[in-house]
Amino acid sequence: MSSTSRARLGEEVWKLRTDKINAELVTLTYGSVVAQLCKDLDGDYAEVNKQLDKMGYNIGLRLIEDFLAKSNMQQKCANFRDTADVLSKVGFKMFLNITPTIANWSSDNKQFSLLFDENPLADFVELPDDGKAQSELWYSNMLCGVIRGALEMVQMSVDAHFVSDVLRGNDTTEMRINLIRYIEDEMPQDDE
Amino acid sequence: MNVSGWFEAVASCSSATTNSRSQALSLHPAASHRENLTSSSFKPPTPRPGHLPNMVVYAVLILNKAGGLIYQRDFNPGLQKLSSNDYLILAGTFHGVHAITSQISPTNETSSSGLEVLESENFVMRCFQTLTGTKFLIFAEPRQQNLDVVVRRVYELYADYVMKNPFYQIEMPIRSEGFDRHLNSYIKPHQ
Repeated sequence: MSSTSRARLGEEVWKLRTDKINAELVTLTYGSVVAQLCKDLDGDYAEVNKQLDKMGYNIGLRLIEDFLAKSNMQQKCANFRDTADVLSKVGFKMFLNITPTIANWSSDNKQFSLLFDENPLADFVELPDDGKAQSELWYSNMLCGVIRGALEMVQMSVDAHFVSDVLRGNDTTEMRINLIRYIEDEMPQDDE
Repeated sequence: MNVSGWFEAVASCSSATTNSRSQALSLHPAASHRENLTSSSFKPPTPRPGHLPNMVVYAVLILNKAGGLIYQRDFNPGLQKLSSNDYLILAGTFHGVHAITSQISPTNETSSSGLEVLESENFVMRCFQTLTGTKFLIFAEPRQQNLDVVVRRVYELYADYVMKNPFYQIEMPIRSEGFDRHLNSYIKPHQ
């Protein structure tokens, strides 16, 4: 499947097969989750990032089935570049109606960045001015967990983390995704 | 801009699509002497949402990626009743057979999807394995052709009513009233 036909597929699923809900509801729900975590964890932003990632992971494990069922994808991606393309053009498109730009491939084709021109989760957000949040909190960290969880279900172990965020005053919002390994079917030990 | 349902509990049904798939390996025991009706070039007609082509579905089984039976339900009489232990054995055995068939593809393809259709004089079974490793088995009357549509629809219902239930534990047996209900209204017992 070519890159343009993936873009078309993403568009089609988004238009025809996705139930839409109000954007503010999502933005505010996500915002209150993050804010509540910051409060509960007493401003321990490293822990907040971790919890967000964990919540995202649990979403990803489930969301992948919805993704596969709705997009009708039946072929495995031939390589990690294809995976990145599907992730951006079909995955992000059908769930958030955005298509992050894929950039900065490493030479071994195992690492790339997603550049978010827009981020529906972070509309209206300004990070708290306590001297720490600006340098420690990754506000949209749940997305990393979602990607990690979803790809794990299709036999890819990846690491995903943000490296910059416009909320922190950076120029771009960039997520780095690193393929650790493909998870092979595990054969039982002593299988005669 | 609208954002789709991250936290949605219920999503309405969208129509099943009809990609006919190439069958890398279809086994037709006892079918060689009669017309082969599961040709891979067959394109089923697009059904209306919620509309099941007129056919008799005997049972639906769902296997998790480890080969454990997580769902079993009979819809129409026609299959032999098994004890719950025998269903587990059946699921485990099928899982093994599927793994073998996906390794012995006679074509040059590096990976095969394994056994997809099993046809006998008294029933036809369609297996659909998702990319996550979950398998959906549909047993129906012989010579049914739209089973891949049915199986895709069952997968969509599973994605909606099972996976999106936050209290469902992944890989565990499915006890979901909503799933039962929607499955039932899709695969109504044949009158």
